[in-house]
Order: sequence, then C-alpha cells, then structure tokens
Amino acid sequence: MTNLVYLVPLFPLIGFLINGLGWRKIPKAAGGIIGSVAILASFAVSLGIFFEVKSTGASTVVHLFDFIQSGTLYIPFSFQVDALSSLFLLIITGIGFLIHVYSTSYMHEDEGMVKYFAYLNLFVFSMLLLVLGANYLIMFIGWEGVGLCSYLLIGFWFKNRDYTNAAKKAFVMNRIGDLGFLVGMLLILFNYGTLSYQEFFGQLNGGQVQLSANMYNWIAICLFIGAMGKSAQIPLYTWLPDAMAGPTPVSALIHAATMVTAGIYMIARSSALYNLAPAALNLVAIIGLATAILAASIAIRQYDIKKVLAYSTVSQLGFMFLALGVGAYTTAVFHVMTHAFFKALLFLGSGSVIHAMGGEQDIRKMGGLNKHMKITGITFLIGCLAISGIPGFSGFFSKDEILASVYAHSPVMYYMALGAALMTAFYMFRLYFLTFTGSFRGTEEQHHHLHESPAAITIPLIVLAILSVVGGYVGLPPVISEHHTLNTYLGSVLSNFNVHHLEHSTEWILMGLSTGLVIAMIIVARVATKNPKFAENTGLAKVLENKWYVDELYDAVIVRPLGVLADVLDRFAEKMGVDGVVNGTGRLVRWSSDRVRLLQTGQVGFYIFVMVIGIAVIFALRFFGLNY
Amino acid sequence: MMLTLLILVPIVAGIISFLAKENAKGIALVSSLATLGLAAYISAASNAQPIDWSMQWIPRLGAQISLHADGMSAMLCLLTGIVMPVIFISNWNKEVENTGSFYGLMLLAQAGITGVFLAHDALLFYFFWELALIPVYFLCSRWGGEKRIAVTFKFFVYTFLGSLLMLAALIYLSLQTSGVNAYSWENIVRAGSSLDPATQQWLFVLIFVAFAIKMPIFPFHTWQPDTYEQSPTAVTVVLSALMVKMGLFGVVNWLLPVVPQGVAFWSDTVIVLSIIGIVYASLIAIVQTDLKRLIAYSSIAHMGLMSAAAFAQTNVGMHGLMVQMFNHGINITGMWLIVSMIEQRWGTRDMTKLGGMASSAPQMAIALVIISLANIALPLTNGFIGEFMLFNGLFSSPSAYRITYMVVAGLGVILGAVYTLNMVQKTAYGNAVEMKVQKDLTGNEYAGLAIIIAIIIFLGVYPKPLLDMTAGVANMMIP
Repeated sequence: MTNLVYLVPLFPLIGFLINGLGWRKIPKAAGGIIGSVAILASFAVSLGIFFEVKSTGASTVVHLFDFIQSGTLYIPFSFQVDALSSLFLLIITGIGFLIHVYSTSYMHEDEGMVKYFAYLNLFVFSMLLLVLGANYLIMFIGWEGVGLCSYLLIGFWFKNRDYTNAAKKAFVMNRIGDLGFLVGMLLILFNYGTLSYQEFFGQLNGGQVQLSANMYNWIAICLFIGAMGKSAQIPLYTWLPDAMAGPTPVSALIHAATMVTAGIYMIARSSALYNLAPAALNLVAIIGLATAILAASIAIRQYDIKKVLAYSTVSQLGFMFLALGVGAYTTAVFHVMTHAFFKALLFLGSGSVIHAMGGEQDIRKMGGLNKHMKITGITFLIGCLAISGIPGFSGFFSKDEILASVYAHSPVMYYMALGAALMTAFYMFRLYFLTFTGSFRGTEEQHHHLHESPAAITIPLIVLAILSVVGGYVGLPPVISEHHTLNTYLGSVLSNFNVHHLEHSTEWILMGLSTGLVIAMIIVARVATKNPKFAENTGLAKVLENKWYVDELYDAVIVRPLGVLADVLDRFAEKMGVDGVVNGTGRLVRWSSDRVRLLQTGQVGFYIFVMVIGIAVIFALRFFGLNY
Repeated sequence: MMLTLLILVPIVAGIISFLAKENAKGIALVSSLATLGLAAYISAASNAQPIDWSMQWIPRLGAQISLHADGMSAMLCLLTGIVMPVIFISNWNKEVENTGSFYGLMLLAQAGITGVFLAHDALLFYFFWELALIPVYFLCSRWGGEKRIAVTFKFFVYTFLGSLLMLAALIYLSLQTSGVNAYSWENIVRAGSSLDPATQQWLFVLIFVAFAIKMPIFPFHTWQPDTYEQSPTAVTVVLSALMVKMGLFGVVNWLLPVVPQGVAFWSDTVIVLSIIGIVYASLIAIVQTDLKRLIAYSSIAHMGLMSAAAFAQTNVGMHGLMVQMFNHGINITGMWLIVSMIEQRWGTRDMTKLGGMASSAPQMAIALVIISLANIALPLTNGFIGEFMLFNGLFSSPSAYRITYMVVAGLGVILGAVYTLNMVQKTAYGNAVEMKVQKDLTGNEYAGLAIIIAIIIFLGVYPKPLLDMTAGVANMMIP
C-alpha cells in the first residue's frame, strides 16, 4: 500500500486537470461529481495506508524522481509515509471529501462551479504534497501551493474588489512568512547539506554536526515565522478573518480544518529540531498564548457569523501553538484533529444558515432558527459543546490535554490559557443563542424563506457532528485510562519534550475547575443574549468590535509608509536623480554634437554618429594592429 | 558548421525579408523555426562536449571567427530559438508598416544576439555585440511609440558608451597576449588573469559597465523602462528576453574568468548594487500604472538577483543563474505577449482603465495568472527552481554579509507578490471594462501562449533537462 502513496495526490491532480481544462464544457453537476470522486478515491488509498502504518509502525520514504540536482545539492521529489503524515492524509481527504459533497449543493447555483471544484481539487493536491513531502522543499511546494489556492478561492467572486483585496492580503502576508521559511531552509541546507527529514533529523540526533544553541534557535524561529503566516498567528493573523470573503465551504476546508494547521504540522514534524531550541519553543508558546487570548477577545464582539468563527479559528490555532511551545507535540496534533472536526462542522453549519438566510451573515438579524432548521441547529450545538470543552465531546479531551501540559509547564500560563478557553465558551454560545434561539429578527421575506438545507448539506453536518463527539476518545486523559491511542500511534514519529505528568488529584481538580467555569460561562452567555439589544458599542467593547484596531495600525505603520516611499522613489530618485544625471549627460552629448554639426535630429543623425565612432574604432584597431 | 548556420540562416533570411516585403512574416517564421531546430540539435550535441568551429578573420589583428557552444551558449541559443518563433507566431495577425524591413531587422538582431552567445573571440564578440544593437535601435526608432526618438537616443548613447569602454579593455587585454590569436577567449583569459591585481581592478570597471548597462543593474537601468515602454512589443521581447541575457552572458564568460582579481575586489560592491536594485525596482514597480513600465521594473528586480548570485561565485548560484536566464526569458516573453494583447483589445496599457478580463476574456486571464505566478516564482513553475538556487548561491557565498544579502534580496519575494498580484487584480478582476475588439485568444495567440505555459510548467515540475544541460558549465566556472 505504501508504494501506492503517489495515488493519494494523483487523484485530486487528475480531478483538477479534468475540471480545469474542461471548465467551460463540463456540466456543473458533472464537475462536482468528478471533484468529489477524486477526493473519495484518495481517501480510500489513505485509509489503506493509515492501517498499514498502524500495524507496522513503519516510516518509509517513497522516491518518485530527482527534482533538483546541482553539484552536492540534491533534492529528490519523494514522499514520507509515517504515522504523522498518514494521520494528516486521513484528516485532509476525509474532511475534504465531506466538504466537496457539501459544495455540490452549496455552489450549484454558481456559474463558476466547475472552476470552483478545479481549485478545490488543486488545493487538496497541494495540501497532500505539503504533508507527504519527505523534505522541506516538497513541503514548501505544497505550502505555497495551498497559499495559491487560498488566494484563488478567497477571490473566487472576483468582481468584488473587497474580496480580491482580501485574497491579495492573504497571499502577501503568507509570503512574508514564506520568506522566513525560505531562510530557515537555506540555514539547514548550509549547515547540514540536506533538506531531507530523515538525514537532517538523523544528523541532529546523532550530533554529527554540532551547531551553537543560537543557530538551532535561529533555524527554528525562521521556520516558525513561516508557520505564523500560514497558521495566522500574531503578528501575521489579520489575513484570516478577511479570508472569509471566500465561499463558506472554502472557509471550512482551507481556513479552518486543513491549510491553517500546516504550521502546526511543520513544527511537529521538526520536533527533533525544536527540542534543541528551547528559546524558540518559548517563543512559540508565548505567541500561541497571546494569539489565543487576543483572537478570543475579538470574537466576543463580532456580529458576522463567519467572522466569529474566523477569530475562533485563530484563537484555537493559538492553543495548538501553545501546546507545541510547551513541548506537547502529540497534544497539538490531537487538537488539530478534533478542531478539524468541530470547526469544519461549525463553518458548514454557518454555511447552511447563510444559505437559508439568503446570504445574510449578520447574527443581529437572525434568531430562532432552531425551529426552521433542526439538523443544522442540533449539529451546530454539538460543535459549540465540543469547542467549549464540555466533557464527553472531542474538544474536551484535546483542550484538557493542552491545559494540563501548560499547567505542568507554568501555572501562570495555565490561568491565561484558561481565560481564553472561557472566552471561547462565551463567544460560541453567544453565537449559538443569538442565531438559533429566541425570536427571528430578520425581515419578513427572509423569515418566509427559512428552510432546512438539502441532504448533500445535512449529511456532512451529521457525519462531522458524530466525529465531533467520538473523535476525542482516541486520546483519553491518564486519569481515566493509561492507554492513549493517539500518542501510541504517533509515538514512532513524535517524542514529546520535557512534558511533566501531573498528579492524578491535580488533574481532577483542573478538569473540574475548567468544566465548572465553562458551564458558568455558557449560563452567562445565555443571560446576556436573552433579550438582545444592539446599541452602539462604547469603550472596550468598541475596541473589540474594531479588532483592537490592528488593521489600522498596520496600515499606518507599514502599508502607507511603504507606498509613500515607493512614490518618492519613483518621482524623485528615479525621474530626477538617477535618470536626471543620465539625461543631463545625454543633453550634454546632444548639445556638443549640435555644436560640431555632426548630429542632426532624427535617425540619420544617429546613424552618422554610429558610423563616425565605428570608423574611429577601426582606425584605432589598425593602429594597434600595425604596431605588432 | 552547425554553429555558423545558426548565425547565417537569420542573416540570409533577414536580407531576403527586406526584399520580400509582404511575405516577410512567412520567411521570418520559417527561418526562426529552422534556427530552433538547429539550436535544439546543438543543445543535444554539446551536452557531451562543447562544439567548436573557427576560421581566420583578421590575421593582422590576431582576430578569428571562432565559435564555441558549451552548455550555457547552447542554452541561450535554444532560448533565442524558442522566443523568436513565439514572437512571430503571436504577431501573425498584426499589421506592421514596412513589413519587410521590420522582419528583416528582427532577424538581423537575432543573428547578432546568437553571435554574441557563440563568439569565442573577443573582437568577434564585440562585433556581434554591436551588430545586435543596431537593428534594435532602428526597430525602436521607426516602429516605436510617441517619445521614441528621445528614448532610443538615450538607449543608444547609454549602451554604446558602455560598449566602447569594453572595447578599450579588450584591446588592452589583447596587447598583453603573445599576439597569435590575440583575441581568442583562452588567450584573453590567460592574459587577464595573470595581470597584477591593480590592473585587473580598473579593467574590471571598464568591462563591467558595458554589461551592467545591458543587464541592467541599478543605477545603470534608467534607459530600460523608457525603452521597453516606447518599443513595439515584439522588440521589447527581444530586448528583455534575449538582449539582457547578453549582459549576464558577458559577465559569466568575459568578466569573471578574465579578471578574477578585479572580481574579488569589486564583487561585494556589485552584489550590494544588485540587491539595492532588487528592492528599489520592486518598490517602484508597486506604484506603476503602465503595464509595460511595471514589467520593466519587475525585470530589473529579477536581473538584480541574478547578477548578485553571479558575483556570489558559488557553483549552485551559477547553476541557478543558468536556469534562471532561460526561465526569465520564457516568462517575460509571456508577459509581453499578454500586454500586447491587452493593448490591442482595450486600447490602453493603463491599469487604472482596465479590469474584468476574467469575465470578458477568460482564457487570456488564465494565461495571465499562470505567467504572473511564474513571475513571482511560485513552486512548480519554472521561476521557482532558479530562484531557489540563486538564493541558495547567494546564501552560501564566502562573503561575510551573506545573510544580510539573502534577507534583503528576499524582500523582493514579498514585494514581487505585491506588484504582480496588484497587476492581476487590476487587469483580470473587477467589473469588465468594455473592449475595442471583442474576443478572447485567437488561434495563433493561443499557440504562442500555450508554448510558454507548457515550458513554465514542465520545467517547474521536472527541471532536470535544463539542469543537466548547464551542469558542466556551472561546475567549470568556479574552480
């Protein structure tokens, strides 16, 4: 099975080529089926690979062809099949397939539907390259590839300038991160002469090349800068909320479940490096924690259903980085998985709502939707329970594991992270109550239009809801079970660093504390949304509604000064400075030529000019030549 | 003999074109396809061993007609061989005044450029260097835009002055040889590299200026945006895809090995200038509204990276330079083809007056997006391979400032995305602006772009053929 791994990205690639080349001739329904079947096929292969890796525990490198070879630089196009990549394969193709199915209904009225499926398949292809690559360069190919698809899909409705601006912003911010990734790769290549995981980590563990601790930290930080861009961490997170301009299934697949977790995958993959770079790990933890808190605070005061979910994603990604930063790599991957289930569920649910509301995304105009769309309402509630960390739901297990590792690392960080978790419970249930309970606040026409979505939409919701419940049982906490299925599975690739285990009594207390407080927050949310009045926000609430004015800050500090600088360079340095000197010289030549009447205006003059100089040269040559 | 044919075919076809008038298009296309075939043959044949051919020229001066095709020359001839027919195919339906002279001059320019890439004798090199310039000068000044007279004057004076300095240096070098075959590449290299460092340092300046203007690198670049803007697009392609490569080729073949001590002395200065050029040109590209000027500045930024890597003097950087010379030529050709199609359909190159190509001419928009992605070196396009190797080369240079170089040059990666995506957004996205000619790609335009895009993707996924072709040269350059 492992040697068939090339089929996994090949199917989406074929799907992309068919839909991409035939986008004008293929009927919409056929385009959807081609796209979905391609992903289903690679899901089937991924399942086979997953079970094979599970039974053998093997880590295999599958060589496809030589990509770049120059002297000692050798970078093959090869895939790494092991526990970590095979788990990601399942998440990507599994959730990817559900979202493709969902899209066949969600996008069926859009004239660009075939093109949409082409992009979506291209995205899955790139994402698979990202996790399958056996060296950093192949990861980078996937990394920029998913960035491209994200760009194309955010700007899918390209007639709207705001949307294409959001797409551009996403791409450019990601490029800033990518530069960090690139420098990190070059540092590795320079010091170790390889980008292959096997060789690089082998040398790290074997200690053949000893670098200063500083160098390890620099390499790790450079890679982390890449992760900041892709996984929307401070300071490169502002593109993700804007990315909600894309179709909602795209937000679910790319901007929640898969692409944005690439940064976590990268650091988990490089755990051997980060274990040698404690300062970098600390930075990862601090950035992650700060992002978790900042984004959660913003989500509290957002009114656009997708914006709430977007900030929630940023915040949850922060939690994952926090886990990585305290060395709990498997825990971060665990949360990637559960988050993929419940956040995809929540986004698809919001899509179902937006569909029913005729495109409306403002939760101030919703309310009482439970009565009209039961399946969407119930599955959305399950998603909220899971993300808030109510015991029994998947999010509880992974978040509890994160919090426990953080507590063991530093109690202060634990309390801060707990604060972010409580905000999560609050904003999610504020969202739920405002949307699904109470009375409808939209127009009469919208009220009339409310309906449950068709099966192609509700079935993926139901499947994801089930996964959001049961997905956590692969990682039971030590107080319940000594056997942690996921850790055992990932154990062959990831070794957690410096993670202390808590006393069972401490763990029970922490668990009880967080559960109690989360339930309290849900009650607070209930009370706060009982009779919603939407007066204009003032004070801190206004600052939160305006996202701490970070976009405005970037605009004032970076974007506009750069524009002014470019303008100044263009107008003054270029036209008057550099060119001025040249034109001055030119004028001088022309003036002096006029004096000696050698040069008239027009081509003939220049031609004579050439001739004269040419003759002079020939004379010169003769002169030198005769001297010999 | 193959090598001489590569030069003679366009010369003869060019002369026939002058006489043939209206049929010149066909002659040009046939001739360019013939040279493509020859170039492909030479590329394959020179893979094992360089091809040489020579005969006496001016014995009294010690100048020979000596041609030499190694991996780099063959690669550049192949690029020329691909670009010329693509130009002719995509211009097939375009009316040009004085068809005969136009195509005749284009073919003569091709002969000159090919000669530059093949010449193995310094005087012959200089001869072709000027031969390439003169037809291009006439093309710009007769078929160019409104400001063509002033602009071509600047272009001409600029590049001509540079050439004269180079000629003086080459003559000086030939005087240092034994006098037998005084201008042959081997003798010039031997003479130059055995001079004392101080002499090599000022010889470097004389030679370098000619190449720096041609590439061009900051601050010798100001002729370029104006010239690109004013030239007819077919000529802009020749200038930007092929003629700028003459500058880089010159650096690799006639500067680095000739005055190694001079290079050692000046390389940091040149790298700094090149890197300033990357950031400077990228920033200026951001505020351009004319498509041609935007691409011109983008090209200056790209040349900056190539020039920096050339002077970083590492094998991988040199290999990357070979690859990127080819790729830059292909990509920028694609860019210009699209710009010319835009101008034809909307009657303007001003991006503020364009928009909505994705709805009004979707095939063209797709081509634009793919070529733009290659322009910003997205992985799995050809641009990425070269750029990665160039950065790698710059980064592994012996210079103490290598990390600073790499990071500052890397800013070009970000700024490149800014201006390129701006361009895509303003031309392809938004509401459709009314077209003068309502149509998507015509058959010949489709063919021209399809060739470009096929190369972009093929070499992006499987760069091995190009890497193999140029591997020997890259390894030989740096001892």
